[in-house]
Amino acid sequence: MTHLHIFLAFFRVGILGYGGGPSSIPLVHKEVVDKYKWMDTDEFGDVLALGNALPGPIATKMAGYIGYRVGGFLGMLNALIATMLPTIILMILLLTVLNSYKDQPWVKGMATAVVPVVMVMLATLTWDFVKKSGTSQLGWIWASVLIVVGVVLLYFFNIHPAIIILILLVAALVKKDSTSEKKENQAS
Amino acid sequence: MIYWQIFLAFFLPGILGYGGGPASIPLVEHEVVDRYGWLSVEEFSEVLALGNALPGPIATKMAGYIGYQEGGILGAIIAVFATVGPSLILMIALLGLLMKYKESPRVKRMTTYIRPVIAVLLGIMTYEFFFSAYEGVGIWQTLFIGAASFVLMEKLKVHPAYVIAGALVYGAVVLA
Repeated sequence: MTHLHIFLAFFRVGILGYGGGPSSIPLVHKEVVDKYKWMDTDEFGDVLALGNALPGPIATKMAGYIGYRVGGFLGMLNALIATMLPTIILMILLLTVLNSYKDQPWVKGMATAVVPVVMVMLATLTWDFVKKSGTSQLGWIWASVLIVVGVVLLYFFNIHPAIIILILLVAALVKKDSTSEKKENQAS
Repeated sequence: MIYWQIFLAFFLPGILGYGGGPASIPLVEHEVVDRYGWLSVEEFSEVLALGNALPGPIATKMAGYIGYQEGGILGAIIAVFATVGPSLILMIALLGLLMKYKESPRVKRMTTYIRPVIAVLLGIMTYEFFFSAYEGVGIWQTLFIGAASFVLMEKLKVHPAYVIAGALVYGAVVLA
């Protein structure tokens, strides 16, 4: 039963995600967090962050990991196959049988009409993470500072996200807990 | 020998391509066109165009098709594994380690610290999709489709599958 759910979840993600792996992230969120509740939004954020920090295609990294978490090694294979196989087969068929379709105006119309839909899904997910950042222990002030600095570094200076994620991870590990800070003050 | 070449050709883009599949396309092109000469630049861009017109992750579609062309079914399997395998194994190992210590305050703090960055990354992707929609269908269609899908998905709680299917039909009929 679980395996059927894994397959269905990632089959839908694969067959509905237009524009490559990154555009299917909100679809993965929908299936994994909202529909099947295999993890909460926080964990999803962790998986996405690490996926972004590692090289390679993002959709299959997420599918593979979530499939592994939910259904072990078989779950991983299942999720990967469901994500990739239907569209690879479609691709081979179309390229070997009828190559002329891609210039058809209706195919182009389909591909462009989906872009604004993905845009809305991404915007909703963005707002989720902004809200969660503000209401976490960071508070709205620090969350806003991090967001503004993040936009400047990532968008205007084109710094690679992996570098920023790595720095923040190290900062989270190295920063002393408030209790151990007190102890240190007493010692000095 | 061809299988080993297929493996190498897709292993390198998989392990060097940061930022998801689309970011690794130039790396795939370098291997497939420049190094091994399996496709000409024109053929490569045709494969890419069709890959973009079809749903699903782009890197694995390219790997599957080119692997199939060069080495049959086994070639396709090898190419897809080389693209997906190495980074996925790394991911499972690292997240396994993280989950083991997930009650530690430091690991909890990681989630908190990273959340704003994820918000920014998603925000930038939103903007890129807005821009690509604006270039593709113009501002009014973008706003119309965007507003319609917002109301359907967020207010009326329609599953995205139906909204995407609706957009595909709308695109094929109205935007063609």
